Amino acid sequence: MSAHSTAIGVSSKRGVWGGGNEPMKASYGKLMMWFFLLSDIFTFAAFLITYISIRVSYPAYAGSAEAFVGSNEYWPVPELVFKALPFLHGVNAPLIFVGIMTFILIASSVTMVLAVEAGHRNDRNDVVKWMLWTLVGGITFLSCQAWEWSHFIHGTDGGTVMTYVNSLNKVVTETVFGANLNVNEYGPAGFAQLFFFITGFHGFHVTIGVFLLFLCFYQAAVGVYDRRGHYEMVEKIGLYWHFVDLVWVFVFTLFYLI
Amino acid sequence: MDIQENKSTLVVEVRNEEKIKKIWKTAGILLAITVVEFIMAFTMGRGILLYGLFIALTIWKAKYIMLEFMHLGDEVKGLFYSIIAPLIFLVWLIIVLVKEGSEIFLMRW
Repeated sequence: MSAHSTAIGVSSKRGVWGGGNEPMKASYGKLMMWFFLLSDIFTFAAFLITYISIRVSYPAYAGSAEAFVGSNEYWPVPELVFKALPFLHGVNAPLIFVGIMTFILIASSVTMVLAVEAGHRNDRNDVVKWMLWTLVGGITFLSCQAWEWSHFIHGTDGGTVMTYVNSLNKVVTETVFGANLNVNEYGPAGFAQLFFFITGFHGFHVTIGVFLLFLCFYQAAVGVYDRRGHYEMVEKIGLYWHFVDLVWVFVFTLFYLI
Repeated sequence: MDIQENKSTLVVEVRNEEKIKKIWKTAGILLAITVVEFIMAFTMGRGILLYGLFIALTIWKAKYIMLEFMHLGDEVKGLFYSIIAPLIFLVWLIIVLVKEGSEIFLMRW
């Protein structure tokens, strides 16, 4: 007899409509988290497919890497745009920083799955330990992204001479530094727009994730889940956190590699 | 009241070393694929082959995250397919928007 059918006089073989059933053998919370994530997959997929669509509508940069300059005539090569490191001004380190960010997020996903595993064993100490590591990973990732954005917005020392339509609807030719939603020194306006929207929407998810991780860490630490009798919340927040990692894997490939 | 005290009736089970080993192994695979992608980005020429390989490797990584980390592989078939099957719609979205993008390319350039 399952743990759910404890009411007196209720047979464990009651029908589908007798209540207390778990469709697809997953609890309500887990099921709804999965369907929320499915809807979120569609949102992110729409963003990323839009990126591909706008990208193929521009020619690719064809010249040599040394001669690369940003232009709104062609799409930039990501490794020639994302090549800076914090504290190391002027050092050419293509994709190194974003590689570190990917590593951090995958690592925090691993510690999260270890927390879920500890939750299955009702091991409060292990849950607290691994949740704390995951929290550290999440906050580190967000800090990295803040730096990445700040660098992207402020741009390089030299900037790029661009001809574009400014906010007053006039065609101007001037040196552009960094990026905003109207113009950027790296490539077509769509490049920076998509960068802000996609990594921003992902970063927003990470931010919410960090809040949830903290909530889960705190509740586990003060023994809420022990009193509740199960650690399912760790599992549900874990699903969300892995999803954030999953999206980043695609953002990394489409934005930084291709 | 009993519930106010920080007492638990839950029994802490011992670590399942095999499971934990599997988690670290999956993490190792994910990192290895990322490193391979990194090396490819700097050694191979840009083109449809490289992009195809990148996307294949990404989907491979996504498979590990969903099946191992999110334990979707351990859920019942009904749940598994109700998450995976709707993704078929994305295939059409990709076809349509890539076509759209390349048409704009032809008109613009």
